[in-house]
Amino acid sequence: VPWGQNTASFVAEEERRARANDREYNEKFQYASNCIKTSKYNILTFLPVNLFEQFQEVANTYFLFLLILQLIPQVSSLSWFTTIVPLVLVLAITAVKDATDDYFRHKSDDQVNNRQSQVLIDGSLQQEQWMNVRVGDIIKLENNQFVAADLLLLSSSEPHGLCYIETAELDGETNMKVRQAIPVTSELGDISRLAKFDGEVVCEPPNNKLDKFSGTLHWKGSKFPLSNQNTLLRGCVLRNTEWCFGLVVFAGPDTKLMQNSGRTKFKRTSIDRLMNTLVLWIFGFLVCMGVILAIGNAIWEHEVGTRFQVYLPWDEAVDSAFFSGFLSFWSYIIILNTVVPISLYVSVEVIRLGHSYFINWDRKMFCAKRQTPAEARTTTLNEELGQVEYVFSDKTGTLTQNIMVFNKCSISGRSYGDVFDVLGHRAELGERLQPVDFSFNPLADKKFLFWDPTLLEAVKMGDPHTHEFFRLLSLCHTVMSEEKNEGELYYKAQSPDEGALVTAARNFGFVFRSRTPKTITVHEMGTAVTYQLLAILDFNNIRKRMSVIVRNPEGRIRLYCKGADTILLDRLRPSANELLNTTADHLNEYAGEGLRTLVLAYKDLDEEYYEEWAQRRLQASLAPDSREDRLASVYEEVENDMVVRPRGLGRGRGRGPGLGRVCDLRPPPPAHPPPAAHIGVGISGQEGIQAVLASDYSFSQFKFLQRLLLVHGRWSYLRMCKFLCYFFYKNFAFTMVHFWFGFFCGFSAQTVYDQYFITLYNIVYTSLPVLAMGVFDQDVPEQRSMEHPKLYEPGQLNLLFNKREFFVCIAQGIYTSVLMFFIPYGVFAEAAQDNGAQLADYQSFAVTVATSLVIVVSVQIGLDTGYWTAINHFFIWGSLAAYFAILFAMHSDGLFSMFPNQFRFVGNAQSTLAQPAVWLTIALTTVVCILPVLAFRFLKLSLKPDLSDTVRYSQLVRKKRAQHRCARRPGRGSSRRSGYAFAHQEGFGELIMSGKNMRLSSLALAGFAPRSGSGWIESLRRKRSDSPGSPGGGREGRGAVLPRHCPSGFS
Amino acid sequence: MAMNYNAKDEVDGGPPCASGGTAKNRRPDNTAFKQQRLPAWQPILTAGTVLPTFFIIGLIFIPIGIGIFVTSNNIREIEGNVFMYYGLSNFYQNHRRYVKSRDDSQLNGDVSALLNPSKECEPYRRNEDKPIAPCGAIANSMFNDTLELFLIGNESHPTPIPLKKKGIAWWTDKNVKFRNPPGGESLEERFKDTTKPVNWVKPVYMLDSEPDNNGFINEDFIVWMRTAALPTFRKLYRLIERKSDLHPTLPAGRYYLNITYNYPVHSFDGRKRMILSTISWMGGKNPFLGIAYITIGSISFLLGVVLLVINHKYRNSSNTADITI
Repeated sequence: VPWGQNTASFVAEEERRARANDREYNEKFQYASNCIKTSKYNILTFLPVNLFEQFQEVANTYFLFLLILQLIPQVSSLSWFTTIVPLVLVLAITAVKDATDDYFRHKSDDQVNNRQSQVLIDGSLQQEQWMNVRVGDIIKLENNQFVAADLLLLSSSEPHGLCYIETAELDGETNMKVRQAIPVTSELGDISRLAKFDGEVVCEPPNNKLDKFSGTLHWKGSKFPLSNQNTLLRGCVLRNTEWCFGLVVFAGPDTKLMQNSGRTKFKRTSIDRLMNTLVLWIFGFLVCMGVILAIGNAIWEHEVGTRFQVYLPWDEAVDSAFFSGFLSFWSYIIILNTVVPISLYVSVEVIRLGHSYFINWDRKMFCAKRQTPAEARTTTLNEELGQVEYVFSDKTGTLTQNIMVFNKCSISGRSYGDVFDVLGHRAELGERLQPVDFSFNPLADKKFLFWDPTLLEAVKMGDPHTHEFFRLLSLCHTVMSEEKNEGELYYKAQSPDEGALVTAARNFGFVFRSRTPKTITVHEMGTAVTYQLLAILDFNNIRKRMSVIVRNPEGRIRLYCKGADTILLDRLRPSANELLNTTADHLNEYAGEGLRTLVLAYKDLDEEYYEEWAQRRLQASLAPDSREDRLASVYEEVENDMVVRPRGLGRGRGRGPGLGRVCDLRPPPPAHPPPAAHIGVGISGQEGIQAVLASDYSFSQFKFLQRLLLVHGRWSYLRMCKFLCYFFYKNFAFTMVHFWFGFFCGFSAQTVYDQYFITLYNIVYTSLPVLAMGVFDQDVPEQRSMEHPKLYEPGQLNLLFNKREFFVCIAQGIYTSVLMFFIPYGVFAEAAQDNGAQLADYQSFAVTVATSLVIVVSVQIGLDTGYWTAINHFFIWGSLAAYFAILFAMHSDGLFSMFPNQFRFVGNAQSTLAQPAVWLTIALTTVVCILPVLAFRFLKLSLKPDLSDTVRYSQLVRKKRAQHRCARRPGRGSSRRSGYAFAHQEGFGELIMSGKNMRLSSLALAGFAPRSGSGWIESLRRKRSDSPGSPGGGREGRGAVLPRHCPSGFS
Repeated sequence: MAMNYNAKDEVDGGPPCASGGTAKNRRPDNTAFKQQRLPAWQPILTAGTVLPTFFIIGLIFIPIGIGIFVTSNNIREIEGNVFMYYGLSNFYQNHRRYVKSRDDSQLNGDVSALLNPSKECEPYRRNEDKPIAPCGAIANSMFNDTLELFLIGNESHPTPIPLKKKGIAWWTDKNVKFRNPPGGESLEERFKDTTKPVNWVKPVYMLDSEPDNNGFINEDFIVWMRTAALPTFRKLYRLIERKSDLHPTLPAGRYYLNITYNYPVHSFDGRKRMILSTISWMGGKNPFLGIAYITIGSISFLLGVVLLVINHKYRNSSNTADITI
């Protein structure tokens, strides 16, 4: 239950009773009111509740624990502010974000709660705010209004109590649905009669099932069954209906909409999971170091410390070396905790937020027609987009933009719809030919196109099979028609398939004209025929078919059925095998072309059988429990033993760019069950708002998925990996110096650095450059990653940041820390200042080590940054400048004279940094730390370059070339060569043959150029089977994930 | 850089999005920042940049190393001012409890801190109900041996070498960080309600006869209070100034060092040393730095050669021109 919802009636509700126009009666049940509350805090509760929530994060609690440790004088090895400053900063940033979010929730709650609705109170309609609507109230809705609560439809302006709704907010479907009041209430049209209405609804308790409702209306001593068909749900919009009245059954948090909008499960990326594991490891490492140093301390105090008590007595509380060691353990935990600084999590969030903004801002994912930019609705999953291995698509609608057209059909063993050109060859789809002329039919839809004239000829010839085929299509559906002017027909279809099929029938002379609840009127080849509609056996996902039972003017009862071929073929009368085989062949042929197929069938019913069946159906529909199952079995019984007459075919016009082709290229799905999707991608526009709201990313065209993954996802992953590598490196380099120093200071948990340096190192001196890299870095330009989907592979194979990479970073950090301590140690052992004063004093040592560290990690971030924008320059140079500025400020006379005990380093920076020996030490340390990194990177680049290195390199070569050419032959632009290098496969050849590219590129291309899709898949398989728990595993949820080797397919 | 890539073609070219321009324009701004097209320098580690780096580092470091090494070795010759140090080993001036055991307010002449020293000074905070000045373990353990140097010209009359006491502390320490408490005529009066550190023989106002080198601003005291980074350290004790350019500061001959032994180090296996040294542009004698520079310079140069060989060996056709950043 979302936080803070109205939870007044929390005794598990078993059934709901609501009596119309009787607030007193309904109040005793204490049902939730229609006021919704999605916000979490108010002004008073914000601070305590928010802090409480934040301290439920393990990381925050851990830092609080460290803070408390620091308050113990015997343990405290750092000033309290070294921990509290970062902690407060982190808490404050999070609190501001939470407050902002909650403010907007408050605003939207207020806006929704204060919407007006007309409520029938004391016999008259009164304006009430939504939040004041109660269960049992009767409210009036007008056209295009939002439904305020879950209602039982009582009556409407339309005949037979029909009303139309759009359910886009609920289920994402944009087409209209029809709802109908039960006959006894549909006559309650005027206020006076409604005011006297005192029916009582008894129904199921609140639940989140959008398509189910079962209840009973008790009125005037009779019981009337109620189903989903009689309800209007909150979130729907009333359409094409002037007004309607409804009885509130569920209000506010009990409505199906709100029941569905529970908190979405917090998703974690595979990097998150890896990071958590690594943080645990680091924590274990931290404890190990603490133990080692604590043992060292105990031994030292025992061997040396006891004898040194002349000059340094033990603390009063410490009575043994062992206890001293124990305290020292905690002291070292405090000092060494910077291996996992609190800023890690905040920085990761900031980077992801930045990437989300880049997605939102991308003009290349903006659809001008619908004015919809792409939207990253979840801001915590970006780098996972760079590791997608499978794309699942939930419906073809996603690919086809939900546009369906009637394309081919097979009727009585004859296939129609193929297009032949003049020479009699079957023409390719899309070739422009003369469409069939439907001018004979004044009611035809002008937009409908069909290319095979033989079908229309067959209809005109009076072929009974084709007539029956189109008759079925014109009768068996739930389409609503609207005829504003004579002959101007508009169809409102529940699904685009239905619309396409009814439209086809319309053009071929079987025009569905109008319907009432009991009749359907069809113009068959120009003559109006009215069928009596006996029953609609509606479609659902289990049945996968729908049927109608109609009585024609001659009085014959016939059941028409259409549905999924797999289902229907089993229900046919086992005769006419030859016909069956032919049709099956046709079906396979169509399906092979990528068309969506379905099968039509009919069955004659005799009068007695129908009567008896109708009786059973009525009983089933009145059954108190498992009504749906009972109905289904009744339906099942009649939809059997049918005759396959015709088979119809609708076809999705495959406008889903890219993926249409990709789909065809895909190998069969993997044998093992595919992992559930991790990232949901919604297509905004066609799908309706709910699909978008439930997604993590949304954009308006499916093709943008390619850019989302190959460009944004890839970059996000790359940046996050580089960020993490560097982050762990810099903190290990920083922290481990204390460990080495421990061996020379009696394991006393004395820090190497000034306390301010420790406080500021992570939040000021080294935070922004790495953030800038994490947000802005690019290895290759975006168009290259679109051209070379192979560049996406490292993400799928999890190559850029994994346990191995982590250990490399850690090793580099520890290596740096060793040099960072021992080089100054070596230099300072005997050094003096140039005025003869000692140089090896603690403060000079601290300044030297700190300065070398800042310079080394800055050089390292410079090496890691692949894309130096002005911002990177500013942050890197700015951080260095800030370091020196703050250093001098902290060591200034002014601050010292105010707080002598807080700024003890007075005069140190001027004095130490004026020594040539100090700068020689810093230069030496920097070179020794960086040189091996440089050598390793260069070797890797020379001997085993990644594709991205190669692409990057060739980019450089091209640029150089272009400059050369321009310089030599100014008249000739380089445009002709723009496709050179990587635009096409041949480009590689040219590049290699030219000999101008270095081995760097040629080596790499030898491995990449062949279409080694299978080899690549193999490696992916190997990897997956090696590590079942790897990032692909254990995903859950909905939506889109990439096909197995989409990268090559995308190209 | 994706400058030549036209965003408009991509989005507007597709048929489903063909018609644009409805009332509200939600199209994201076409700025280099938002479209991730900021102009940027994209460095690549090519042979043309990396190899020269290695060679240049080698070429710079080796001469510097040699320079340092030579300078450092020359320091032995006792010319110019000579500095006299005392050295202690196995003495943990960098122990956490030791380092923090001081009150800089008190040392800065703050009266309230003088009479009520910081808790950090425990157990050397108060003695016999009087505040200790200067308080804390550092001050309490101040080195108090005295060293005197004599040149033995003739056996019976050794000439004392004049040792200068002042000018051995950092300027900021002497002038900013350490101050005697205000008020009173004599120094003794200013320290009247305090007591001397437990280990000291004399109170703080009797460290020296000269008023500008007495009390908290006594330079021996200041030097001691600047704690060492490592357990083996040396501290400047005295200056031996050069008299004239004609004579060496300490002419060749036999010398006699008189040590008044006050400071016990035996209990913790400590060692005491006396060091005489001159100073060059880069400070005292420092063999480590010179050797390290020569070593690193050579390694860098060698690495450059190795990488060059590797780079050449794996290059298919070596006649191509190097293209670098």
